[in-house]
Amino acid sequence: MARVIVVTSGKGGVGKTTSSAAIGLGLALKGNKVVLIDFDIGLRNLDLIMGCERRVVYDFVNVINGEATLNQALIKDKRVSSLSILPASQTRDKDALNKENVGKVLEELGKSYDFIVCDSPAGIEAGAMMALYYADEAIVTTNPEVSSVRDSDRILGMLASRSRRAELGLEPIKEHLLLTRYSPKRVEEGEMLSVEDVEDILSIPLLGVIPESQAVLKASNAGEPVILDTMSDAGKAYQDVVDRLLGETIDFRFLVAEKKGIFSRMFGG
Amino acid sequence: MALLDYFTRKKEKQVTTASKAKERLQIIVAHERNSRNKQPDYLPQLTQDILQVLRKYIKVSDESFSINLDKKEGDLNVLELNIELHDENNAN
Repeated sequence: MARVIVVTSGKGGVGKTTSSAAIGLGLALKGNKVVLIDFDIGLRNLDLIMGCERRVVYDFVNVINGEATLNQALIKDKRVSSLSILPASQTRDKDALNKENVGKVLEELGKSYDFIVCDSPAGIEAGAMMALYYADEAIVTTNPEVSSVRDSDRILGMLASRSRRAELGLEPIKEHLLLTRYSPKRVEEGEMLSVEDVEDILSIPLLGVIPESQAVLKASNAGEPVILDTMSDAGKAYQDVVDRLLGETIDFRFLVAEKKGIFSRMFGG
Repeated sequence: MALLDYFTRKKEKQVTTASKAKERLQIIVAHERNSRNKQPDYLPQLTQDILQVLRKYIKVSDESFSINLDKKEGDLNVLELNIELHDENNAN
């Protein structure tokens, strides 16, 4: 049985697509068969972050409407052969997806993949509900910032009440907190919510902390998920996330600011 | 002046913006959670009373018992009790 993981957040711009791309690719690099699905109908972007935007022929909605088969729509990643991407459509309206037809596609994919990673659109509208409906696990992507934390809590409410697992009274969706754009220096200066603060408020288990990093923009510029930048702090932090998803216990890194020398402190370096 | 800042900074740090953020979030999130799953005030007491009655006759652990008040469409409310009966032999 494939593990269906939704990457969600409520708020936009917190790093859902960046995280989906990095985690999906990381899981595939570890030898798993992974399919990444872009649920942001009308605003497709996962293809761009994955660097396969020029290879999109058919999309998710084409498959739903029977205009293309799954195999025609799936894009095989050029870097890792066990990774495929199912792009969102760019033009069709959001109502194209419903529980029945999405369920059929996921069931079909579940036969041949180990992981189905669903990149959710922002908001709490139908598109976001569709992305989380079939999830077994949810990666709640959050910035250490008031509006993001509040929206994450709203999404936690949705996961607990609007998902298939909730409707059928099954074991609830396994929730993971992924804190992104974290700046230990600002936390130490009292300008940013700390990991512990966010954990306290949302009370769900921590999956990873991704430090604010210049590598993320560079990665999206190049269409190379940041996990491939193995020298960068963000790349390493995503690697840890992947290892934790695969059941390893790994200490959290990048939680404290690099210490400045006493001289640079004194002289305001 | 960086040297001076270094020694004076600690004192000013009493109320940081981050702690304000946390406090505000804790209040609003608690409030929103409450309105999200509004269970009637009597539910905890009702749960205790039902359990007490049940335990006069059968063994019921806290885990094998759940109570749920669901709002359905319109005015319909459903009170749902789930009791798992494990070992029949132990019942008296």
